[in-house]
Amino acid sequence: MFQQRTQKSSRSVTTWYRSGGLSSIFFALPLVLIFLYFSWGPIVRGLVLSFQKNNLVAPAEWVGWSNFSYVLTDPQLPQAALNTLYFAFLALIFGFPVPLFLAVFISELRKTGWLYNVLSYLPAVVPPVAAILLWTFFYDPSGAGVFNSILGWFGIGPFAWLNSQTLAMPAIVLEATWAGAGATSIIYLAALTGVRTELYEAAELDGAGIWSRVWHVTLPQIRGIILIMMLLQLIGTFQVFTEPFLFTGGGPNNATLTVLLLIYRYAFINGDFGAATALSVLLAGVLCVLSVVYHFVTRRWSTT
Amino acid sequence: MSISERGIISTADRQRGLIRYGLPAIQVLIFVGVLVAGVGPLLWLLKSGVSTSQDILSGPMQLWPSGIQLKNIPDAWNRVQIGAYLGNTAFIAIGSMISTLFVCTTGAFVLSILRPKWGPVVTGAVLATLFLPGVISLVPLYMTVLDMPLLHVSLQNTFWAVWLPSAASAFNVLIMKRYFDSIPRELIEAARIDGASNLRLFTALILPLSKPIVGVVALLTVIGSWKDYLWPLLVLPDPTLQPISVALPRVAKTTEISLQMSALFLAVLIPVVLFLLFQKQFLRGVGMAGGIKE
Repeated sequence: MFQQRTQKSSRSVTTWYRSGGLSSIFFALPLVLIFLYFSWGPIVRGLVLSFQKNNLVAPAEWVGWSNFSYVLTDPQLPQAALNTLYFAFLALIFGFPVPLFLAVFISELRKTGWLYNVLSYLPAVVPPVAAILLWTFFYDPSGAGVFNSILGWFGIGPFAWLNSQTLAMPAIVLEATWAGAGATSIIYLAALTGVRTELYEAAELDGAGIWSRVWHVTLPQIRGIILIMMLLQLIGTFQVFTEPFLFTGGGPNNATLTVLLLIYRYAFINGDFGAATALSVLLAGVLCVLSVVYHFVTRRWSTT
Repeated sequence: MSISERGIISTADRQRGLIRYGLPAIQVLIFVGVLVAGVGPLLWLLKSGVSTSQDILSGPMQLWPSGIQLKNIPDAWNRVQIGAYLGNTAFIAIGSMISTLFVCTTGAFVLSILRPKWGPVVTGAVLATLFLPGVISLVPLYMTVLDMPLLHVSLQNTFWAVWLPSAASAFNVLIMKRYFDSIPRELIEAARIDGASNLRLFTALILPLSKPIVGVVALLTVIGSWKDYLWPLLVLPDPTLQPISVALPRVAKTTEISLQMSALFLAVLIPVVLFLLFQKQFLRGVGMAGGIKE
């Protein structure tokens, strides 16, 4: 029995040595250090900070749930939450079908597909900030603005675009769709190359038209990637910052104030880091619940 | 055309009247659509980049500007210092790429090839961060960079503040690990029997075998850092260190419109030219990255 034990321990020493021993610690060091400093650490710190009063100047003090109650009773929060939902909704109905349609269409073109591909990807190459500055100019509310003069040829407009409370958010979504559609459609295109084409033959023999072939044969086969892209888009749009920040700064009259913009204001304008992290934790919680619910719902779909 | 190569629309479909004429019409329509969306803004920018402020403001859709002001371009390069900001952008992107690749290849090597006993714990901890949205750590990450715990140095106004946090990407570590997992164990055992040390195993076998995934991670990191705005805005308040994305909105507030447009044109020109030169490799890499998400 004793012998067995030493054998076991000597084996564990050799496996330890063979699995790298000390050198595996050296190899793991960059990852562990980087994640401790810039990922695990800040996440824990965020949870702690949300229960503290902290403005980087005075020493931090514990304040219990008061950051959360402050944030939740802030009259700006309902507006920011609604605006964020509105942005996500608009991006879903406008921004979601465009790249999917584009990808299905491009995959049908054998010879010229690449040209459509390159052209539709071009906006994604433009640095987002440069694109936003350019579009700010396109959205010039005067009659001589680019979009207003184009619409003027057809006798429409002029519109106030970003200066209008009702048009500002759709205008931002339009730019975001323009900027993102090409990049998303490339991902769908890669998925579409895996679609089993012999099913089209069978569907056609069964008398399915072109649209019903797309609907019943093509799309179900890339359902997995469609659902994932939808979730990623939702998570992304809930954290939208750059576009409303640069286009409107949250205005006019807070019509484009998003949750992340509110977090930015709390932290970097008011210097209230406690409130900012409390709101971040709340938003992160909502997003986690969203992805868990989404995961279970879509799993039920894909089994049936 | 063989059966396996057919698409949604069959050759029989193409013979029918409606599709025979309708399909090319739709093709042309969509082509015009992507052409206007993709090239239109760039051409407009090219025209405005060499126009006078007067022209840009009063007739932005005029086909021919009343006068061409070619000196806008060198002016933007010198006075707005677009060159310096583009240099910063490239420096930040390359540094982020190196730090990300270093962390995720060494990390994935431990977790996938060496497999120490504590490996699954680390994998689990990395995986857990994948499900937490980035917003939760924005403010504490900023505070960490201002005053690094234990070291008590501030990374603010150094490129490290951008390079290092970008390396803490769970997604990159996990796709790298998954790729390493697919390398046959027999190859690794054979190298071990030949007496290769772990360092040699890493540099001479694993890295050369994983060129495709290293390329994809490098591309994704460069694109990500190229697009990033909020983080460099927060940690690089010093104008001489700022990448172009942070500098442009600041510059836009103080320069006249013609110069602003030529600055934008220069900022857009370089990535567009690079993309057009390498479009095949680029689109393949980006598409591959999408496949991994599944």
